Amino acid sequence: MATVEQRPIAAEEENPLTEGLERLPVHPTTLVIFGATGDLAKRKLLPALYNLAHEGALPERFNLIGVSRADRPHEDYRALARESIGSHSRHEPKDEVLDSLLEHVRYVPGTFDDPAVYEQLERTAAEFDEEAGMAFNRVFYLSTAPAFFPMIVGKLGERGLERREGAEVRVVIEKPFGTNLEEALALNRDVLDVLDESQVFRIDHYLGKETVQNMLAFRFANGMFEPLWNRNYIDNVQITAAEDIGIGTRAGYYDESGALRDLVQNHMLQLLTLLAMEPPVEFSADEVRDEKVKVLRAVKPPTTEDVPDMAVAAQYGPGHSAGEDAAGYLQEEGVPGDSTTETYAALRLEVDNWRWAGVPFYLRTGKRLARKVTEIAVALKPVPHLAFRQQGSVGVQPNQLILTMQPNEGVSISLGAKIPGTRMRIRPVNMEFLYGTAFLSQSPEAYERLILDAMRGDATLFTRNDEVEAQWRICDPIVSAWADRGDALPKYAAGSDGPHEADSILRHGHKWRAI
Amino acid sequence: MSESVWSEQGTSPGAIEAALRDLLKERHAAVEAFVPARVLNLVVVVDREWRGEIANRLERVGRYHPSRTVICEVERGRETMDAQVTIGSEDELATGELALGRERVLVEIGDSHVEYVDSIVDPLVVTDLATVVWAPHGHREAVNSLLKLAQVVLVDSLDEPSIDAALERVRELAERCYVVDLAWLRSTPWRERIAATFDPAIWRRELGSISSVEVRHRPDSQAAALLLVGWLSSRLGWGAGELAAVNGSLRGHLETRSRKAREVEITLRSDERQSAPGLAGITIATSSGMSIALDRGPGGLSAVRRTRDGRESAWTVLGASRGEAGILGEGIRQALLRDPTYAPALRCASSLVQ
Repeated sequence: MATVEQRPIAAEEENPLTEGLERLPVHPTTLVIFGATGDLAKRKLLPALYNLAHEGALPERFNLIGVSRADRPHEDYRALARESIGSHSRHEPKDEVLDSLLEHVRYVPGTFDDPAVYEQLERTAAEFDEEAGMAFNRVFYLSTAPAFFPMIVGKLGERGLERREGAEVRVVIEKPFGTNLEEALALNRDVLDVLDESQVFRIDHYLGKETVQNMLAFRFANGMFEPLWNRNYIDNVQITAAEDIGIGTRAGYYDESGALRDLVQNHMLQLLTLLAMEPPVEFSADEVRDEKVKVLRAVKPPTTEDVPDMAVAAQYGPGHSAGEDAAGYLQEEGVPGDSTTETYAALRLEVDNWRWAGVPFYLRTGKRLARKVTEIAVALKPVPHLAFRQQGSVGVQPNQLILTMQPNEGVSISLGAKIPGTRMRIRPVNMEFLYGTAFLSQSPEAYERLILDAMRGDATLFTRNDEVEAQWRICDPIVSAWADRGDALPKYAAGSDGPHEADSILRHGHKWRAI
Repeated sequence: MSESVWSEQGTSPGAIEAALRDLLKERHAAVEAFVPARVLNLVVVVDREWRGEIANRLERVGRYHPSRTVICEVERGRETMDAQVTIGSEDELATGELALGRERVLVEIGDSHVEYVDSIVDPLVVTDLATVVWAPHGHREAVNSLLKLAQVVLVDSLDEPSIDAALERVRELAERCYVVDLAWLRSTPWRERIAATFDPAIWRRELGSISSVEVRHRPDSQAAALLLVGWLSSRLGWGAGELAAVNGSLRGHLETRSRKAREVEITLRSDERQSAPGLAGITIATSSGMSIALDRGPGGLSAVRRTRDGRESAWTVLGASRGEAGILGEGIRQALLRDPTYAPALRCASSLVQ
């Protein structure tokens, strides 16, 4: 019989019982949600916690404390949580599991600047510790407006809640991490005055999506693409995040933010870094993030004068969507009639390093476009000589590799193929792979993965301070140039592929893929 | 859900394969968003009289439905082969949604076909996909034949008549292919929770001083309990030992090389109150006086921990029961993964009842 030698197991050694388990243990945790009655908490965080509980993935002991302004008893908050979970959970809630989860839910009312809130918070968390006879890890989730981030972190520090002997304390911060470089630097400074960077988990839920993580698997688990993955074979890259809907009820937020801050500065630059990064030595938080930051540093920030040549902003006007009339942005409820906020942004960036020098990376995002799609199109260079030209092969196109994130996650490659017949005529065909046809598991929601990672202390899928700052160094000059713009904002019709002005940033011979 | 169906009496594997190809074309033409699922082939060998029960279990597998299921229904005395092919997909789709295909081939065969059933099934599986065999009613001959084209065999050690026979059969299969044992999967939440219990530094030290383990199980689920003890033994490096029947329980001692606890007392106790197959509870105690007990309870596992100073703390480890359909679904999913801890656990478990 093969066994390993039995010997005393030291606490610092790896737990031998975790080998082979899909779900690794998470230290008993008390999670505190600031903004516990907000939209994000109700629609995403509370349902994600239930889903984790349902699947047995929460720590073996778990407590939740909700903090919000309204004065309400614990029981009312539990009822709100039950309702939110019932409406938004991926699993049909089972009463027994939900009841057990809610038993360990408490509520602390008050404004975030009130020291009494932190006093009560400390007392409530300590009660959980005392009851269990152990020090729970603490995770503070700031699901609030960004203006409160420095205040809450500062108050946690003042109360001594930023450290805990015998346990870990972590803080999860929702985006946006500032609205420009200056704010991002100030926020990082305020947060890191109180906390160590290893305690800070800046959440960009995009990174929690299976589809985005699959990019790493696609690039680094397959040998066939790496030889092509450079300036010698790749002609250009287009990253598109298009939405067919308008701003809905988010006018207040969106009109302040605009397309660049809403999607480009964070999600789209994340996609760019994952696509362009060098292979990390290992899949650990800092190794991966080091490589991503190198890519961002290789993108030369534009000067204000460069911006008109490499970036286009536009706003949707009235048009047609899904066969019906669609209002323009200025006609949307809650939008000021003279708003100059961009609902579309297109950029041309270059990654100035050995691998990518000279390859344009085109990024575009917009609301009320023709279709909802998030994809990366990698266009290869054309073959050096086309022997079939005389045969009428005008349809030959350079190969394209398309990585689709949504709506149907997959990979497709366009190849030239012979048209059946007596002549050697070629046309492009698609070789398509859809993840949904090949995997049995249902993907967890991004928030489930990220909450669990934060509780476990794995920061791989979170944004580091230098990453945020590098993102802003690229976007800040564009934000400034657009703010000082003298000419009118270009318009595009709702339901269209975007403004024709976007063509002006394309290099010679390039064109946007149809949305 | 809409389906395309083909059936023929007195048919042949070649005709069935042709029908599969034709029906796939038909579905593509009928449903624009149709895409065939390409996850794995599941080959199920069943007795004709129990086919309904197996069909129900497969139906409840839900999202873990394999892409092509080939059911070989064995009828004593039958000499001809009848078959039915069904390819179905959802037809009420939201814009942009895919109509994922489900392919089911039912082949009715006689006992004389069983020895060479691989020659019937071979043309019916999707090439280059993993092929998983499941024979819930025994049919060893069929399983042995299908091992020529399968990479994974799904078994349930609880189905075998005795624990020795169960472990012997699994060991024999494990030499030829990857085995997914449903009895092992029933213990997954227990293994996860035991690992979590001993994960904090303060408790991890106690792993070296475990002095007794009691596993409670449904009367017919001794194999699941034994595999759990085999897992602990293999992970913690316990030495050899044997278990003997004492008053309806299995008991014995395993040697350890720890200075804190020279041996571990093992008890596998049958629990009549347990209705679902598998485990009912486990208690682990250490020589320092600490103990942890996990038992099935509402909303998850009820945990009780006693510390060396006699303090007791109780809580619920949250988790919804997967039910038997969930276990089968998990078995199908695990066929595409590899668990490196099962084989050592099986070896240790076998040595305990030799």
